[in-house]
Amino acid sequence: MTPPDTSVARVTELQDERLVTPQGITDSIRASVRRVRDGDLGMLPVVGGIVVIWTIFQSLNQTFLSSTNLVNLTFDMVPVGVLALGVVCALLVGQIDLSVGSVSGVSAAITAVIMVKHEQSMWLAVLAAVAAGCLIGWLYGQILNRVGVPSFVVTLGGLLAFLGVQLWLLRGQNAINLPYDSTLVKFAQLWFVPAWMAYTLAVAAAGGFLANGWVRARTRRDAGLSSSSLQWLLMQALLLLTGLLLAVFYLNRTRGVAWMFVFFVALVLVMNYVLTRTKFGRSLYAVGGNAEASRRAGINVRGVYTSAFVMCSALAALGGILAASRLAAANQSTGTGDVNLNAIAAAVIGGTSLFGGRGSAFAALLGVLVIQSISSGLTLLNLDSSYRFMITGAVLLIAVGLDSVARRSRQAHGRG
Amino acid sequence: MMKGTAVTGAGTDTVLSLRGICKRFGAVAALTDIELDVAAGEVVAIVGDNGAGKSTLVKVLSGVYAPDAGKIFLHGEEESLGSPALAHARGIATVFQDLALCENLDVKANLFLGQEIRPWLLDDVAMEKRSWELLRQLSAKIPSLSVPVAALSGGQRQTVAIARSLLSNPKIILLDEPTAALGVAQTAEVLNLVERLKQNGLGVVMISHNMEDVRAVADRVAVLRLGRNNGVYDVEDVSSEEIIAAITGATDNAVSRRAARRVTSPQEEREEL
Repeated sequence: MTPPDTSVARVTELQDERLVTPQGITDSIRASVRRVRDGDLGMLPVVGGIVVIWTIFQSLNQTFLSSTNLVNLTFDMVPVGVLALGVVCALLVGQIDLSVGSVSGVSAAITAVIMVKHEQSMWLAVLAAVAAGCLIGWLYGQILNRVGVPSFVVTLGGLLAFLGVQLWLLRGQNAINLPYDSTLVKFAQLWFVPAWMAYTLAVAAAGGFLANGWVRARTRRDAGLSSSSLQWLLMQALLLLTGLLLAVFYLNRTRGVAWMFVFFVALVLVMNYVLTRTKFGRSLYAVGGNAEASRRAGINVRGVYTSAFVMCSALAALGGILAASRLAAANQSTGTGDVNLNAIAAAVIGGTSLFGGRGSAFAALLGVLVIQSISSGLTLLNLDSSYRFMITGAVLLIAVGLDSVARRSRQAHGRG
Repeated sequence: MMKGTAVTGAGTDTVLSLRGICKRFGAVAALTDIELDVAAGEVVAIVGDNGAGKSTLVKVLSGVYAPDAGKIFLHGEEESLGSPALAHARGIATVFQDLALCENLDVKANLFLGQEIRPWLLDDVAMEKRSWELLRQLSAKIPSLSVPVAALSGGQRQTVAIARSLLSNPKIILLDEPTAALGVAQTAEVLNLVERLKQNGLGVVMISHNMEDVRAVADRVAVLRLGRNNGVYDVEDVSSEEIIAAITGATDNAVSRRAARRVTSPQEEREEL
């Protein structure tokens, strides 16, 4: 036994002598490696999956990783990505929304009808569509809370009913085309961030990350708690900066960074703030983990369910508007087919638990990147949708299987 | 409004007094004329058989049930505990038997659940600091606050649940079967915790089935039988047998007969039959 080291005063939370304290940058890296080995994989499997998928498709078709195709990818992933972001909200509270596709279809139809048939302003159309989404979510919440029908059934009913509403809105017409000079279509097809601004955004993002981490480390140090080392933080920020600058540079070789993609990333960041830094976000996780305990802790559980469904359906409506804009039309098949399941699969592949209480906003971003990469790669290979469904299904199974194995490892290593 | 020692029979440092509490469910009188006093820095154990009314009493005290008759005095003043939130605001904290923790959240998120600091930009640093203060105060053995509760042992979870109830600086803490689901070492840890609560000047009401635990930490034992008071004893001058007799309602009962059988020889027993 070595005598305890009294020369260094230990910070508050590390006074327990059983703890192994990381010091400096090598220990930080070692701690990260240990976390992964214990099964706390975080975003690693999804990022690894993306690398594998991209390598395979690039070796099969040289145009897959071309700047042009990646620019298209950044456009195409947004509508489903926004839907997936909504699905994350519903899954976090331990519920599910099977109707995001239908709701997005209804919202696309509402937008087109108001804009084209009634020739009203675009903003009114968007507002009406999102309001309709909120109303649908509120309705789901009320049925779940007051009647007690499980969300699976409520939203399965919604899936059918709102598909009907969509067809009714578009009755007599196969599709309503949105005018090509409308802001919506330009936003979803033509608008790119100017090169200088894209680089500025990349630097600002890395700078923001660094400043945020530095302020947090300083307040923790001032409060006598442990904080991550400045070197480690700098290294992470530098990595982020390099990655972002490279991405911007590569996309700028052809058309550039789409405003629609920037909008989606901003949405993910806002959602991340809401989920991790607000009392409301904490209550979403709490209700998903243990609804009865949350109720006793004074959380309005019914209110949380309702707001989760409102957020989910509102985001689905927004996704529907973006899908219609991307296509420059709202038709009878907007939001049908695999859209629904792709959105749910994206959330789950990104690491959101189907049983509630675990997941993040970034899950939607990374999950949809996986789904859309597969779809884009198979389209380039001229393989029809039968293969796409089979491969997407297999990837979903692998993602969830890996998560289950990792969870068992986490439990064995005392990381929950 | 009554003041000070106006509650008949209560001492000066009494924080909680019950007088004539009755609670009925339909035709069943779950509690009849319950009297109880709890002083600051005192551990009162409530024991009784199944259906004796222990849980009902806890629910009355924690504001879940409103009593049909009787008065509750806090610091000598009559109060009505209309809801769990009101009871909590009056300084009565309850740790339920199932703990009510969110296993997916980490320790500090659980401690501050529903009472987070700075709702729109959670102040993790302040919450973590306060969490450590609370856990230190209880000499809790929890190595890290950033692990999810699912990774903690039963005793550690009990500690987290108790620490959470202390967050609002209560005067009285109700523990419903705190050791029921715990192993030997963890039980000892929780009993240490109860002693520490007592040292910190809280009134502790502990419901327990376990005579050893009761004798280990309680100052007084209140026995309930069929919804009525069946004696309050000082732990130091009462034997376990006497408590059991009070619980079961007679000196001649299943437990004493069994004890007697061990002493008497089998032959004698056969003659008895």
